[in-house]
Amino acid sequence: MTREKTDFWVGLFILLGLIALVFLALRAGNMSSFTFTPTYRVQAHFDNVGGLKVRAPIKSSGVVVGRVAAIGFDNQRFQATVMLDLEQSYVFPKDTSASILTSGLLGEQYIGLTPGGDEQNLADGDTIEFTQSAVVLEDLISKFLYSSAEKEGTGPGAGAAAPAASH
Amino acid sequence: MNALSQRIAALGHGFVSMITGLGAFARLFGAILARSGVVLRRPRLTAQQVHFIGNYSLLIIGVSGLFVGFVLGLQGYYTLNRYGSEEALGLLVALSLTRELGPVVTALLFAGRAGTSLTAEIGLMKAGEQISAMEVMAVDPIRRVLAPRFWGGVIAMPVLAAVFSMVGVLGGWFVGVMLIGIDPGAFWSQMQDGVDVIDDVLNGVIKSLVFGVVVTLIALYQGWTARATPEGVSRATTRTVVSGALAVLGLDFLLTALMFAH
Repeated sequence: MTREKTDFWVGLFILLGLIALVFLALRAGNMSSFTFTPTYRVQAHFDNVGGLKVRAPIKSSGVVVGRVAAIGFDNQRFQATVMLDLEQSYVFPKDTSASILTSGLLGEQYIGLTPGGDEQNLADGDTIEFTQSAVVLEDLISKFLYSSAEKEGTGPGAGAAAPAASH
Repeated sequence: MNALSQRIAALGHGFVSMITGLGAFARLFGAILARSGVVLRRPRLTAQQVHFIGNYSLLIIGVSGLFVGFVLGLQGYYTLNRYGSEEALGLLVALSLTRELGPVVTALLFAGRAGTSLTAEIGLMKAGEQISAMEVMAVDPIRRVLAPRFWGGVIAMPVLAAVFSMVGVLGGWFVGVMLIGIDPGAFWSQMQDGVDVIDDVLNGVIKSLVFGVVVTLIALYQGWTARATPEGVSRATTRTVVSGALAVLGLDFLLTALMFAH
């Protein structure tokens, strides 16, 4: 085989590898969801972030408007501090409220923004005052169990030991 | 008593020769790296090896990837169907391919397809005293023979693994969307939602790069240290496949624990 032919096939081989990588990154991966649009950063304090992760989406009315930049713990407030990178093209009033929501029953968590009615808009470095923590499934279950146990306690036949099953 | 002491001596000998082998292996790695300037000075030598190792492996890698993708599609569908979440099939296929199956199966096939031919080639060069002839002519055989083959393998392996993963995803898509009839929008969007470019795709590429280095080096080492007889070459070829496969699977566990342990 001549040299040029070898070079041609090797070049084709490498090109195929690059195409495969681009395919994996764009078609199979989330490269296309990376945004390079300029963002501004605001922070919010939550009592409980639940399973929120860095790079989780921030949605308003279901539209992705930014991503979570960092999650930390504030030693002064004893609360979680979440940094939010919002895209510059979206503006929100100063009294916007942020809540941690779950997509679907078992899906991943994201931050939902509900705009308020303030005249001024959030700017870089601002803090979102109104927040609502993540709903923790265990809390829900224990609340439900307590309330059903209370109901049973006030019902007739309460306190009567269940007859032991004979073996 | 004598038999017992002989056994203990044999055990010790086996252990010491294992350590010695590891040392020689590392020394060969160092020698190849030190002489890698040839890759830049005479790139055509390496290109020839990429052609020999990579292009000729494309067919087996592509066909294997396609069938692995088919099987993942079918098996994944049967299991996911129970939970009514067959839309996640795309995610399952893409994640298993980019994280594990792509690099690992490609490395195993690579050891069988390219590693054996490298070992046999170098072993026969030794048996035919071509290596000694080169040394007599003051041509450094590590520089001229081993370094281009090493870099050829290291370059070819990630390319082959990427092709394997891509063809596998397409195979999963063919079975899931074309044959079974999963909604194509959900198939791709779930995949894009769950596959991270850095965490999954890039780590897969790093894995395949590491496997490329290790498998190629094992193949070269076995050929380089093979006894210069037909039997020695055949044994070296077998050892390439066995220790190559074991090294890939063991390293895969280590790399997975390092990369995905958070």
